Amino acid sequence: MNKIEDAIYQVHYIDNNSNNNNILNKIHPLVKLIISVIYILFLTSINKYNLTITLAMSIYLIVVSIIGDLSIKNCIKRLKIVLFFLIIIGIANPILDRQVVTFIGIIPITTGMISALTLILKGIFAIISSYFLIVTTGVENICYALKKLHIPNILITIFMLIYRYIIVLLKEVQKIWIAYSLRAPKQKGIHFKAWGSMIGSLMIRSIDKAEVIYQAMELRVFSPDNFFMKNQKIDRTSIIYFMAGLLLLLIIRFIPIFDLIGNVFVH
Amino acid sequence: MHMADAMVSPVVGGAMYVASGIAATYSIKKLREEDNFKKKISTMGVMGAFVFATQMVNFTIPGTGSSGHLCGGVLLSSILGPYAGFLSMIGVLLIQCLFFADGGLLALGANVWNMAFYGCFIGSLIWKFIMRNGMSKRKIAISSILGSILTLQMGAFSVTIETLLSGITELPFSAFLVAMQPIHLAIGFVEGLITLSVLCFVYEARPELLWNKKEKIKKEARLSYKKTITILACLLIIIGGGISLLASSNPDGLEWSIERITGNTELETRENNIYETSEKIQETTSFLPDYTFKDTESSIGTSISGIIGCGITVAFLVGLGSVIKIKRKKEKVINE
Repeated sequence: MNKIEDAIYQVHYIDNNSNNNNILNKIHPLVKLIISVIYILFLTSINKYNLTITLAMSIYLIVVSIIGDLSIKNCIKRLKIVLFFLIIIGIANPILDRQVVTFIGIIPITTGMISALTLILKGIFAIISSYFLIVTTGVENICYALKKLHIPNILITIFMLIYRYIIVLLKEVQKIWIAYSLRAPKQKGIHFKAWGSMIGSLMIRSIDKAEVIYQAMELRVFSPDNFFMKNQKIDRTSIIYFMAGLLLLLIIRFIPIFDLIGNVFVH
Repeated sequence: MHMADAMVSPVVGGAMYVASGIAATYSIKKLREEDNFKKKISTMGVMGAFVFATQMVNFTIPGTGSSGHLCGGVLLSSILGPYAGFLSMIGVLLIQCLFFADGGLLALGANVWNMAFYGCFIGSLIWKFIMRNGMSKRKIAISSILGSILTLQMGAFSVTIETLLSGITELPFSAFLVAMQPIHLAIGFVEGLITLSVLCFVYEARPELLWNKKEKIKKEARLSYKKTITILACLLIIIGGGISLLASSNPDGLEWSIERITGNTELETRENNIYETSEKIQETTSFLPDYTFKDTESSIGTSISGIIGCGITVAFLVGLGSVIKIKRKKEKVINE
């Protein structure tokens, strides 16, 4: 039940936020998408033992959160799923890769520990960057950017349709779930005897709904090959954002800023 | 099974994008070849949302106290077919990645391959193979469970390979495999059970919604008007013209009984005006008395009389049926 409520909240939250009137929201969606993809590519290409560069990649996220007045509070919930999986994958590293690099007090720091930490940080940063992208861009603008990248119209249409009907179906599932919970209190999930009838009837209703949607689309002369999207020009702000963003990413990825700052204090 | 961005290197992520991109392009091409592809798009959208919404529901696993949820690849391909199912799954995975941090932008290609490709393409191959001689609940059960287990095993194996190739874990291949495969065997089994229960329900309620079922129904139950008339006409000629030649010349049951009692197959008529008049009318109107031409014993006459007789009978029955149908329609309109 909480999962469904969370999902509905997330969709509404992202929808509302993407309509906010701040600088980042006004940047051309294609620019934001390209910068986000470059960030993820740079992040994932970092060597698994290079903790300082990985940490430096957080600078981009801090800058974006300041410009866009974004909070990562809402994003923390999203991290739970990924963190669990990353810990499972990364937990073997400290055990199998035990070459000692340094000591913090009496605790030996091994290469395995560093690679596990780098892996977890990369996972967290990548999620935050995707979250910033969607929260400042919105689905329709993402679709516009995808169209500009020549992604087939069919895929974009399907994506938009799924997004539009998610809330409708989530609310239907919620209703079904409430009705079921009232009849079967304290039950953890849906009893296997009710699996087919509950989900099957929802599925049949969904397919019937699709029929009505199709008729509505036909009445509006729908064509997957030629659907209208308001054209957006890449303005000066967007170009500056792109140039500045790219420069920042190049600096934090290829210049060991944290090492340089550290060296200044050490010497 | 969603892979996060941190689990793939740019090279592996890029390679998986290329592989999934090829599969998507091929699917779009094949989808466009389908007659009702525009109509299918709306179904794909809503079915994608349906899969996403039902993933939020937990299903109690009997006897364990734990619960599982639906992945949807096999289910989608069983309803939409492999191409439409695959494209819908891409939409679902993209939304999961952007909205709910399930997966990542770089890992999207890998996730599409691991979950959508195997689930839809391999799942539909299994479905098609098992249903080749018709559909039944038992076959749906086998196909759902086998499809879910196999496709999840393949997906889990791919995750292992992709993660190791990306070089982010120190786990040896065998240890990683041991960690991934058994848990996905259980997940696949639960997924199979959920899929089979949903598909069996659909099979009972609306079998035409299942993939590959529509054509079967058309072939099995629906014949076009033209074909029906042609078949009936052929049967009419064969039975009336051919088999009537083999008709017995012995008297039928009633005639045989009368012959036994009176010594003749035809009863002697009383001297009565009504009998005489009706006999005259019959002689005048029957153009093929005793199933042959008047004043001849030719077998051609028997054949023609057979054909004409069959034709008249069919025409009479069709006419009668039409009258009943019109009457029923009128009654229905009055009742409404």
